[in-house]
Amino acid sequence: MSKKKAKKMLEIKNLHVSVDGTEILKGLDLSVNPGEMHAIMGPNGSGKSTLSHVIAGRDGYEITGGRIIFQGEDLTGMAPEVRAAKGIFLAFQYPVEIPGVANTTFLKEALNAIRRFKGEGELDAMQFVKMMRAKTKELGISDDMLKRAVNVGFSGGEKKRNEVLQMAVLNPTLAILDETDSGLDIDALKIVAEGVNKLRSPQRSMLIITHYQRLLDYIVPDKVHVLAHGKIQRTGGKELALELEEKGYAEFDEAAA
Amino acid sequence: MAASTQTAQQVQELADDKYKYGFVTDIESETAPKGLNEDTVRFISAKKNEPEWLLAWRLKAFRHWLTMAEPTWAKVGFPEIDYQDSYYYSAPKGSDDGPKSLEDIDPELLATYEKLGIPLREQEFLAGVAVDAVFDSVSVATTFKSKLEEVGVIFCPISEALEKCPDLVKKYLGTVVPYTDNKHATLNSAVFTDGSFVYIPPGVRCPMELSTYFRINAKNTGQFERTLIIADKESYVSYLEGCTAPMRDENQLHAAVVELVALDDAEIKYSTVQNWYPGDENGKGGIYNFVTKRGACRGRNSKISWTQVETGSAITWKYPSCILQGDNSVGEFYSIAITNNCQQADTGTKMIHLGRNTTSKIISKGISAGRANQTYRGLVRMSPKAEGARNFTQCDSLLIGNECGAHTVPYIESKNKTAIVEHEATTSTISEDQMFYLRQRGIPPEAAVALVVNGFCREVLQQLPMEFAVEAQKLVGISLEGSVG
Ligand SMILES: Nc1ncnc2c1ncn2[C@@H]1O[C@H](COP(=O)(O)OP(=O)(O)OP(=O)(O)O)[C@@H](O)[C@H]1O
Ligand SMILES: [Mg+2]
Repeated sequence: MSKKKAKKMLEIKNLHVSVDGTEILKGLDLSVNPGEMHAIMGPNGSGKSTLSHVIAGRDGYEITGGRIIFQGEDLTGMAPEVRAAKGIFLAFQYPVEIPGVANTTFLKEALNAIRRFKGEGELDAMQFVKMMRAKTKELGISDDMLKRAVNVGFSGGEKKRNEVLQMAVLNPTLAILDETDSGLDIDALKIVAEGVNKLRSPQRSMLIITHYQRLLDYIVPDKVHVLAHGKIQRTGGKELALELEEKGYAEFDEAAA
Repeated sequence: MAASTQTAQQVQELADDKYKYGFVTDIESETAPKGLNEDTVRFISAKKNEPEWLLAWRLKAFRHWLTMAEPTWAKVGFPEIDYQDSYYYSAPKGSDDGPKSLEDIDPELLATYEKLGIPLREQEFLAGVAVDAVFDSVSVATTFKSKLEEVGVIFCPISEALEKCPDLVKKYLGTVVPYTDNKHATLNSAVFTDGSFVYIPPGVRCPMELSTYFRINAKNTGQFERTLIIADKESYVSYLEGCTAPMRDENQLHAAVVELVALDDAEIKYSTVQNWYPGDENGKGGIYNFVTKRGACRGRNSKISWTQVETGSAITWKYPSCILQGDNSVGEFYSIAITNNCQQADTGTKMIHLGRNTTSKIISKGISAGRANQTYRGLVRMSPKAEGARNFTQCDSLLIGNECGAHTVPYIESKNKTAIVEHEATTSTISEDQMFYLRQRGIPPEAAVALVVNGFCREVLQQLPMEFAVEAQKLVGISLEGSVG
C-alpha cells in the first residue's frame, strides 16, 4: 500500500433489497479493497445474483435500506450504463441472446460507448479488429463466434467464455463474475481462470460468485463469504470454501432459524 | 411490475421521434387551382404537353374514379378525405420546360436537397448512383444521364419519356396497374404529375444504382407520382426511392403508382426508404401514404425483388406485389415497417403465381412502438397452372411498450395441388433482460433499442444496396429514438 490510504473499491452497508414486496437481501455488509478478489458462495436462491444485479443497477429492485459505495461514490439512482462506464462489469449467470446483432458489432458499440463517456476517442474499425484479435486468441475464441449473433446458439461454455472476452475488452475496475464457472469443462475452466488471473491487478477488484471450490483452485481469493438468508453469514479464507464443500449450508439454516 | 413500467416509459421517451426533414423550402411555386375536376386533369396534361391519348386515358380514369368507393378492408382509421381541399399540381416557378442543367436550378432547391443529404451536384454525390429528384409535382434534376445513355439506359422523368420514347410509355403504362385498380391508383392515373421512367435495353446490366428522391414541399398539395420501369430481356437494374416531407399540421395525400415489367431473364431490384413526415406524437399531421406498387414478371426466369424500409407517414397503405407470369419467375418481398406514436401501417404484399415453378419469398419485419398499430396483410395465390410453385413467408413482429399493436393477416389461396406454401410468424418484445444486458455493457438505452431493432431487421437490411444500408440502419435507430440526432 502507498502512503496515501487507497479508497475502498466497494463498500456495502446494511443493504436491504426487495423484489415484488419480498425482501431478499436483509442487511448485507461487504467491503472490498482495490486489488482484492472476493468469492461469494451460498445456497440457491440466497440472493447472490440479486446482489450482483443491484450493484450493476438493474431496474425492478427496491432498495429499502442501506447504501452501495463504489470508489467513494454512492451508486443510488445511477443508471446501469453510467455504472458500466465508471468501471463496473457483470459477467452474467445467464448471458442474454441478441438476435441479428453480430458479437463484434455489440462489443464495438459497448467499448466505444464507454470510451465516449470517458472522453476518450472512439476506436476505428482497424484499431478495434487489432485489439480483438489479441484478446480472442488468449481466450481461445474463434472468429466465427465473433461474427455470430450475440450468444445466439452459443453453447453454455461458449456463452461464459464470451462474457470473459467482454470483460477483457471493456477492462473494468470492478468485475463481478456470477457463476462464470458453471457449465464449463475442465479445459474451458482453465482458460477462463487464466483469463481472469491475467486481469488481476492492484487497481482492479473482483467478486466471484460460485458454487464450486474447484474454481478457487485456479483463482485464489483473498476472502470467501457465505451469503445465506439475505446476509453475509461468515467470512473466511480459501479454506472456508473447502469446508462448505464438505458440510454444505445446513449450519446457516440453523443460525437463521 | 415496477421494472416493466420503467422500461416502457424509457422506450416511450426514445420513441418520441424528432423528424429532422421537417423544414419548408421557401420557393415560389406555380399551382393548379384548388380542387379536383376534369379541368384539373386537363390543366395537368396541358402543363406537361401530353399527347392526346394520355389525356383521354386520364379522363377515363377520372370519370371512373368518381364512381369508386374508398377501399375499406385495411385496418387503418382516418377522417374522410376532402379531395376538393387540395392542390393537385405544384411546381417550383420556372420549371415548365422540365429539368435543365444544374446551373439553371434554383439555388434554394439545390440547398434543399443538400440539407436532405442528396447533393445533386454529381461530383459530390456517391459515385455510382444516378438520382432523379422530384420536388412536389415535377422532376427538378436527373444526374448521370449521359453516362447512362452510353449504354442505352433511359432514366428520366416520365414527362420527358413521353417526348423521347412515347411508344414505350404507351405500350406499358397502366398494363400492370390498370386505371381501374383501386381508388387511390385511379386517382393517380387521372392526376399523376411526375415520377421516373426507366428502360433497360436487352442484355444490359445497368452500370449504376438508379434512384429517385421524392420531396413534398408545398402546403395542401398531394403528390401523385408515377414510376414505370421496364427491364428488357436479360437486363438488370437496381432502383432506390427515398421520400421526405415538411412537418405540417394538416394531412397530405401521397398516392403513387409504381409499375415494373421484367421480360425474359431480366431482374429488377426495387428498394424504398420511406420517411415521409409521420405527424407529431399526438397524431396531428403527417402524410397519408396510399401507394400501389406492382411488378409483372412477364418473362421466363425473370425476377422482381421489393425491399422496403417504411419508417414515416401517418398512415401507410401499401402492398408491393408480384405477378409471376413467366415460368420459373421469382418474386421477393423484404419489408421493415416501423410505426411509432400514432402512426398506422397496413402493409404487405401479394404474390400471384401464374406460371410453372414460380417461387416467391416474403420476409416481413414489423416494429411497433408508442400507441402505433400495424398490420401485415399478405396474399399468396397459386393459380391452377402454377405447377410446382413455392412460397415461403416469414412474418416477425417486435413490440416496444404495451400500448402498441401488431397483426398478421395472411391470405393463402391454392388451386394447385403441387404448389407448396409455407408460413411462419413470430411476435416478440425487447426484453428487460436484453435492455439490462446492453446497458450493463455501457450502451445507453436509446442506442440499445436501436441495436436490438437493427438486429431484428438484419435479414431485410442486408437486401439494401450497400450505399443505402448504412443510412437505413441509422434511420431505423432514429425513428425509434428521438434523442440521437
Ligand atoms: N424478479 C423476481 N421476482 C420474484 N422473485 C425473484 C425475482 N428475482 C429473484 N427472485 C427471488 O429472489 C431470490 C434470490 O434469487 P437470486 O437469483 O439472487 O439467487 P442466487 O443466490 O443467485 O441463486 P442461484 O445460486 O440459484 O443462482 C430467489 O428466491 C428468487 O426466486
Ligand atoms: Mg444466481
